[in-house]
Amino acid sequence: MTPTYQQPTERGYYGQFGGAFIPEMLYPNVEELRQQYLDILADPGFQQEYQLLLRDYVGRPTPLFEAKRLSEKYNTRVFLKREDLCHTGAHKVNNTVGQILLARRLGKTRIIAETGAGQHGVATATVCALMGMQCIVYMGEIDMERQKPNVYRMRLLGAEVRAAMSGSRTLKDATNEAIRDWISNPVDTHYIIGSVVGPHPYPDLVARLQSVISEEMRKQLLEKTGSELPQYVVACVGGGSNAAGAFYHFLEEPTVQLVAVEAAGHGIHSGHSAATSVLGKPGIIHGSRTLLMQDEDGQITEPYSLSAGLDYPGIGPLHAFLADSGRAHFISIEDEEALRAVAELSRLEGIIPALETAHALAALGQLGAGPDDVVVVNLSGRGDKDLETYIKYADSIM
Amino acid sequence: MNRIKDAFDKKQKNLLNVYFTAGYPSLHDTVPILQALSAAGADLIEIGMPFSDPLADGPVIQQSSTVALQNGMNLRVLFGQLAGIREQVPDTPILLMGYLNPVLQFGVENFCREAAAVGADGVILPDLPLDDYVAEYQPVFQQYNLRPVFLITPQTAPARIRRIDELTDSFLYLVSGPGTTGGASTQAEGVQEAYFQRIEAMQLRNPRLIGFGIGDKASFQKACQYAEGAIIGSAFIRALEGVDDAPAAASRFVASILS
Repeated sequence: MTPTYQQPTERGYYGQFGGAFIPEMLYPNVEELRQQYLDILADPGFQQEYQLLLRDYVGRPTPLFEAKRLSEKYNTRVFLKREDLCHTGAHKVNNTVGQILLARRLGKTRIIAETGAGQHGVATATVCALMGMQCIVYMGEIDMERQKPNVYRMRLLGAEVRAAMSGSRTLKDATNEAIRDWISNPVDTHYIIGSVVGPHPYPDLVARLQSVISEEMRKQLLEKTGSELPQYVVACVGGGSNAAGAFYHFLEEPTVQLVAVEAAGHGIHSGHSAATSVLGKPGIIHGSRTLLMQDEDGQITEPYSLSAGLDYPGIGPLHAFLADSGRAHFISIEDEEALRAVAELSRLEGIIPALETAHALAALGQLGAGPDDVVVVNLSGRGDKDLETYIKYADSIM
Repeated sequence: MNRIKDAFDKKQKNLLNVYFTAGYPSLHDTVPILQALSAAGADLIEIGMPFSDPLADGPVIQQSSTVALQNGMNLRVLFGQLAGIREQVPDTPILLMGYLNPVLQFGVENFCREAAAVGADGVILPDLPLDDYVAEYQPVFQQYNLRPVFLITPQTAPARIRRIDELTDSFLYLVSGPGTTGGASTQAEGVQEAYFQRIEAMQLRNPRLIGFGIGDKASFQKACQYAEGAIIGSAFIRALEGVDDAPAAASRFVASILS
C-alpha cells in the first residue's frame, strides 16, 4: 500500500514520522488497538451508533458560517466552521464519542485521558457519563489553575481529575501520567488520547474520528460557493487534532492550501514559545517519532503559550510530515496577536473564540488571500473557558 | 567476551542487579557509587541515563533523573566519567539503561562506540521497539558487542517472549506486574507466581531477572525463588536521598539485601 497524506503505513509512518515507540508494558494494548481499530471503525453497527450520536448528542453537522464583516476586513471570503457549537464547546467531542464506542467494543470498563486546556478532559468526562464508565483525567497542575471552570465541569460530570505534578505541570506531563496509568492498568483501561499524537494507531484513529469536520466542509462549501474546494483551510495546531480533522479530506487536493497555525508565545525565538515546526527536530515523544522541541542532548524542553491547549512540545506525526514535505504552510502567532483576534471576532461577528482558535484567526492577515478566494477557518472551540484570561488581559484585547 | 554471561555462569542463583541514575545525588557520584556497588557484591549494575520524560518510571526514578539533569548529566559527561572504569571494576557487567531519544540525538552508532569503549556490556531502552531494533540497530549493537535487554510483562504473548529470547544473549528482564518502577505489587496472591512459573516452564535460552517493585531483602529473596535473580532500582535511589557519603550508602544497601 502506498502511503499517502491520509493513510500512514502499516507501522504507522507518515514519511519518517510516526511509529510506536512504547515500553513493552503498553505493547499488548496498543497492538490490540492497532489490529482492531480499522475493522471497528468500518463496522456498520459502529458507524450507525457513531453517526447517531454525532447528530443527536454532539449536534452535527456544525454550521459553516460566512463571516461577512470579517471577510470585509480581510478583503477575502471567510467561512467559519463552527466546531465551537459542538456539545461541550469544542471539536474534541467528535473523537471522544468515537473512542468511547471503540472502548466498549474492546471490552474496556475504565477510561483515562490527558487534558491541556481541559476541553478534551470535559469531552471525555461527558461521554463517560453518557456511557456510565469510570473516568480519570490527568491535567497539569498549572493548567488546572488557568482552566478552573473546566476542572469543575469534569468533576460535575463525575470524572476524577488528577493533577500532574512532574515537569512543567502542563499537557506533556499530563500525557506522561496518563501513559503511566495505562502501564499500571493494562487490562481494563482504554486511554482516550485527545490529539493526533501518541503511538500508532492513535494519530490515524483520532484523525479519522475528526475527519467529519472536513467531510462536512466539502458538502457545505459546494452548497454555499459552488465548489467543494476552498483556496485555504486554516486551523491551529497544538498536538493537531482539529487541524487534522479540518485538513483530512483536503490532504489529497493540491489546490487547497493548508495552513497550520502554531503558538509563538512571547515570540518564536524568545525562549517562551510552542512553535514546534520551527523550533523542533525529529525526536520521540509519547511513543511517536515527530518534530519535537528538545535540547541538544535530546531532553524534551518546556514549551510556552498563554493558551493551555497549544503548549505541547511536539506535533502529531501527520503534521510533522505536512511541515517537512511542504504540503501545509506553518505560521506562528504570538500571545498578543491571538488576544487581539479574540476581540476582533467577538466584535465583528459576535462569536467569542477559544484562545487556541484565536491563533488560527490571527493568521488571516498573513495568508495573502485575494477577494475571490474562499478561506475556511476551523473555529475549533468557544471562549467561555478562557474568560478569566480575557479579563486579565483586557487591556491588550480591547 | 560476554561479562553478562560470565556473571550468570559464575553464580547461577540470587544474582543482584542494582540500578542507579548517573549523576545522582551529585554529578560526580556516578563512578564512586559504581565502585561501591561492585565491591559490596552487586552482580550486575545498571546505570540510568537520565531523561526528561521517563515513561516507564515511577516518581522516585523520575525525580532522580530531574536532579541528575539539573546537575549537568548527559551522555557526553557520562562517557567521560566512565572512561577507565574497567581498570577499577574489571568484571561486573555494566548495563546502560535509558530512553531512546537522547540516544538518537547522540547518534546510535556514536552511542554504541562510546559505550563499548568504556566497557559497557548491555543496553536497556524500554521504548525501543523490537522491530526497529531488528530493522535498524541490531548490526551496530553486534558490531560493538553490546547486548540488548528486553522487558517481558505478564501480558507479553508466548510467541513474543520466544522472539525476545532469540534476540539477545544476556538476560530477560521480567517486569513483576503492572506498573511503573518503584510501585508496590497490586496483584492478587498467586497471580505473580503463576506468571513467573509460566515463564520458567518455557525453558528459555536466557536467564531471567525480575524487576519493578523489588526493594528489600524479603522481596529480593522471594523473586529469586522464581528467577536467577532480581533488579532493584527505586529502593536504592531512595537510600541515596540526602546522604553525605553516597558510596557508603551504596555498600550498606547491598549488604542489607545480600547479608
